[in-house]
Amino acid sequence: MEPPRNLNEKPQRLRVALVQTKPLKGRYAENLANLQSAFAQIESEVDLVVLPEAALTGYFLEGAVYEVALSARRFADDLTRAWHAVHGDRRVDLACGFFENDEGTYHNSALYLELARGAGRIVHVHRKMFLPTYGVFDEERFLSRGRRLQVFPTRFGTMALLICEDAWHAIVPTIAAIKGARILIVPSAAPGRGVEGPGELTSILRWREILTTAAVEHGVFVLYAGLTGFEGGKGMTGSSCVIDPRGEILVSSPPTEPCIVIADLDLREIDLARATLPLLGDLDAVLPDLLLDEELPLPRGSCHPEVGP
Amino acid sequence: MTFAIVEAPRPGVGKPPAIDTVVATAWLIAFLRDELLVRRRIEHAVVGLSGGVDSAVTAYLCARALGPKNVHAIRMPYKTSSPSSLADAQLVIDDLGIAARTIEITDAVDGYLRQESDADARRRGNVMARMRMLVLFDQSAKLDALPVGTGNKTERLLGYFTWHADDAPPVNPLGDLFKTQVWALAKHLGVPQRLIDKAPTADLEADQTDEGDLGITYARADAILSQMLLGYSNEQLVERGFAAEEVTLVRRRVDGTHWKRHLPTTAMLSNTAINEFYLRPVDY
Repeated sequence: MEPPRNLNEKPQRLRVALVQTKPLKGRYAENLANLQSAFAQIESEVDLVVLPEAALTGYFLEGAVYEVALSARRFADDLTRAWHAVHGDRRVDLACGFFENDEGTYHNSALYLELARGAGRIVHVHRKMFLPTYGVFDEERFLSRGRRLQVFPTRFGTMALLICEDAWHAIVPTIAAIKGARILIVPSAAPGRGVEGPGELTSILRWREILTTAAVEHGVFVLYAGLTGFEGGKGMTGSSCVIDPRGEILVSSPPTEPCIVIADLDLREIDLARATLPLLGDLDAVLPDLLLDEELPLPRGSCHPEVGP
Repeated sequence: MTFAIVEAPRPGVGKPPAIDTVVATAWLIAFLRDELLVRRRIEHAVVGLSGGVDSAVTAYLCARALGPKNVHAIRMPYKTSSPSSLADAQLVIDDLGIAARTIEITDAVDGYLRQESDADARRRGNVMARMRMLVLFDQSAKLDALPVGTGNKTERLLGYFTWHADDAPPVNPLGDLFKTQVWALAKHLGVPQRLIDKAPTADLEADQTDEGDLGITYARADAILSQMLLGYSNEQLVERGFAAEEVTLVRRRVDGTHWKRHLPTTAMLSNTAINEFYLRPVDY
């Protein structure tokens, strides 16, 4: 018997382009111009363009982060101008990582922008919650943590932005999915390490495990946009990929080259995957028992200041 | 009903760290191209070719990254250097078809050491290493090239190098690879077998070998180092089956040479001390 028609009015297909940028360190204006060239290569049917973490500045900036950070509004306007210079009024959604200056408080952020009729509407700004400050990483020395994980509605359904290490903590994609996210967008800047193989750098293999695990466990699409290029000997691993709700990698890119990854998402796959493996539904039921456990080191009552754009 | 017991393997004496040579080669070629061509817009590399496996691997990687005609090998023998080192370096030069030059450092080294008749072997070796560094940088200036370093992770960790000499070139493709990984990479890249099989030597004194100087084989040092760097204590390493005296030897060498892996220590006197407060990435 044919399955019932999906009565959801939202689009069932989404054509996505992941732009794997290779920014010149700290040279925002040039990188924005290069992004405009990338936009010119994106065919007109694309609905959503996703860029990496720190996509237009490079990642390892240390104290120079204060010199390149922008307000979300200014960044959104720059992206809007770059898109419209190439594609005019054509509608598109954009997700992109950047260093945010929020009136003197600095974040590693990513925004989701809807572009239509020449204007860019900021749908959401996510501020990276897990700032790696160990080993080669030193984010919390320079940046403030985001305090809240929010999902947000788009014309393609509810989504969440997780920046790099946010996605390494299983509880973050879990909470995003519980809150309704059907697509996880993961802008990232991942310095590669580990040559034990097989076939890829160890850190790339680890990323794939994490992303496919999240996709399968929650029945979500994962759009991973990785920064590429070497930064002072530390090579960013690119490897942008699209993973479907069954954990299949639909497409992935090489680690060291700037590129654009295109994929068509059939959003009905989400419901089918969740029907086959209803782990998210199971969690929905059990989550209160897990989280209300008094042995957990959680503050009781409201703990969140109102934050966000 | 019986159930078979499936037990996770206990951690044992680790093997030397593994390497996927295809992955590592592609990554290091990308690194070299980025550091020379993209970041510095320099098309030529200068490699000091000793006849050993590290500099051979470096030359092979540079040749792949930049093209053989853009790689300049410099042999810098001292009067006591082994003739076989020159011959082994020649195998690499011939195989790659790279430009090569032999520059004797004997006169320059002896010009100084004549005034220092009491210099022991360690001091004399350091003078030679620093003279080679001087030659490499000067040849690079002459050839509009960048000196490419050849030091591996094992010798860096054990402090088995001359500070501001072997470690001086601004880029180093092998510095995060243990010696045993460099050997594997050499095999993959087609480095002549003779260079892979022979005992590594700094060739500063007659019959000198690295493993003789260090008191441990590279294979065992790499196995210990790779686990030590993950944070295991000496006690844990011995529990895993390593010999206590070798663990102690390796730990002592690593702990005694942290300074060699840093720039000189500068007295901090302000709120804008460079690399303490004023922090900028090397490629900014």
